[in-house]
Amino acid sequence: MSEQHRSRIMERLRTGVPPTAPVESDFSVISEKQWPLSERLLRLRQRLESVNGRVHECGRDAWVAELQKLLAGRKLKALMYAPGTEVGDELDESWDRSDSALPALLPALEPDTDIRERVFQAEAAVTGTLGGIADTGSLMLWPTAKEPRLMSLAPPLHIALLDADRIYNTFWEAINQQRWAEDMPTNALLISGPSKTADIEQQLSYGVHGPRELIVLIRS
Amino acid sequence: MSQADFRGAASVAVGDVQLRGNFRRAMDGLMEKRAAQFTDADEEGRLRALGESIRSRSLARLPELLEKLEASCKRNGIQVHWAETTADANQTVMDILKNRGARTLVKGKSMVSEEMELNHFLEAEGIEALESDLGEYIIQLAGEMPSHIVMPVIHRNTGQIAELMEQKIEGAPYTEDADELCQIARKVLREKFYRADAGVSGVNFAVAETGTLCLVENEGNGRMSTTAPRTHIAVMGIEKVVEHLQDVPPLLSLLTRSATGQHITTYFNMISSPRRPGEVDGPEEVHLVLLDNGRSRIVSDPELKATLRCIRCGACMNHCPVYTRVGGHAYQAVIPGPIGKILTPQLQGLDERGDLPFGSTLCNACVEVCPVKIPIVELLLRLRAEANSPTGDSSVKGSGAKRDKTEALLWSGWQRMHASGKLYNSLSRVLAKTGNLAPGFMPPLSGWTATRTKPRFASQTLHQLARKRGVPDE
Repeated sequence: MSEQHRSRIMERLRTGVPPTAPVESDFSVISEKQWPLSERLLRLRQRLESVNGRVHECGRDAWVAELQKLLAGRKLKALMYAPGTEVGDELDESWDRSDSALPALLPALEPDTDIRERVFQAEAAVTGTLGGIADTGSLMLWPTAKEPRLMSLAPPLHIALLDADRIYNTFWEAINQQRWAEDMPTNALLISGPSKTADIEQQLSYGVHGPRELIVLIRS
Repeated sequence: MSQADFRGAASVAVGDVQLRGNFRRAMDGLMEKRAAQFTDADEEGRLRALGESIRSRSLARLPELLEKLEASCKRNGIQVHWAETTADANQTVMDILKNRGARTLVKGKSMVSEEMELNHFLEAEGIEALESDLGEYIIQLAGEMPSHIVMPVIHRNTGQIAELMEQKIEGAPYTEDADELCQIARKVLREKFYRADAGVSGVNFAVAETGTLCLVENEGNGRMSTTAPRTHIAVMGIEKVVEHLQDVPPLLSLLTRSATGQHITTYFNMISSPRRPGEVDGPEEVHLVLLDNGRSRIVSDPELKATLRCIRCGACMNHCPVYTRVGGHAYQAVIPGPIGKILTPQLQGLDERGDLPFGSTLCNACVEVCPVKIPIVELLLRLRAEANSPTGDSSVKGSGAKRDKTEALLWSGWQRMHASGKLYNSLSRVLAKTGNLAPGFMPPLSGWTATRTKPRFASQTLHQLARKRGVPDE
């Protein structure tokens, strides 16, 4: 059935769509958005905070300690993480397992268990990012086999680690410089704050389906 | 089928004070938020010009880009289906569900699925199709249509939503706290996301170059619907394709800033394939259904094809003085407001919805804010002319359907009168003497005088007055 539909639709389009002169697109309005690193960092931070994201800056090797400080009083039982990723390995190495005030580290994947079941029950998850976008206050994520898609979505608290030197000016700049079009992953995401809705009389509510809280650790 | 009637529905709606209040508040808020996003007129102008160029380029190369999209998707493992009509698209979705043994599905927000009336169709087939966008979920509980394309339940206030949720959701308490209402919905829908056999979504942009389906949302329900179930079915109108990945960022920026005044939405979800070997979540199968339903006809008209540039931001309705006063339901169409007034008659035919292009003041507010610069007012005029076409010989469905012989005769008389000085003079003199005798309480004048003062002819014509003042008569 689909084949016949396809050929009839294509036939109509081929005979119908009038030939036009090529249309040029001028991207300069986007490409000229250029800020020094300090301003990119500031913009990203302001944008994220304006939509209830929480941003903490820390030294390159101090992020695990910073995260422990943030989570110490929160009474979380477990923090889901992705062993085998850069973020996961650093956590494995430096997480203080003796401190009972801290959540236990919970690997995202366990043999013979359904990731959905684990991740829907998790209270919090920490993931890496591919970079950030100053213009919109966004994190770029490419989930992987080791760091599944649902980790940044199902738990009520999402913690993301971002390297300050990977903050791009615009999304357009990031996809061009990183040459995304050559090889797209299964799923690429921009995340700009916690899940939200204003569907009830334009009143802003957080955590309607995804995380209620987003904490971004920026290391530089 | 009873004929839809915008004029009748609109005059009922303007009498609903609660409804008008709900819309007025919401639209004022949305206009303010958009204005705060576009404070630099130069940037706004250039970005809109860029958006227009991208969408125009996509439509000019539509046949080629659709083939490219199909090839890219197939290469990535996405299965592509083509549907000429909404009935075909529904059947395609049903066939996929059957093949996968799926009985329940969760839906992300999709205007094309509304156009298909997919929920009704699936319900009749015994499939549970649950809307998961909060606004869509609420109107599904109420059995209503969306009244706005971005904010589907904007016609109801918090109290009305609280009442509905208390009635329809087992164990839900009455609360007017928006956070609590959200959490009630979250609880119900979480369970559904976890258990649903399939997820259905729309598509905001489909990238031909990479075979990528892009979804724009704030809630995360779109990501849930396209990640948790084993099967993902995306439905899109064929016009949604863009050529390059780099075409996406400007459109995304225009869309979110125009729609809700956000720099960006919480989630921008780009799907390029089903789950790959080794990956542990995401659907095992991704299907893309490409729907025509009249679009290939629209794109063949050099003027009307601009309709299909639309990126569904809703700014035209937010800024429309008519929409704000009558609300979305008065249009009796899936897409209301100015864009709906030009799109719906073209999709359904002027014979069915020839009433819509006439329900406009032509004030141009929509044109001034459209992120892809669709000349909505010009297209309204074109469709009015098409509706009155004497020949009906046109690619527009139902062309000539609104032509009224009496009206046509009246206008040809009007034309003749204005072409002849003698005729004009004598007729205007007669009207100055006798025109006021026409009774205001009877048709045709009563249509005007029901809500307005009856206009009166002056006792002397303008020509007579001018002559008295000594203006030379040429």
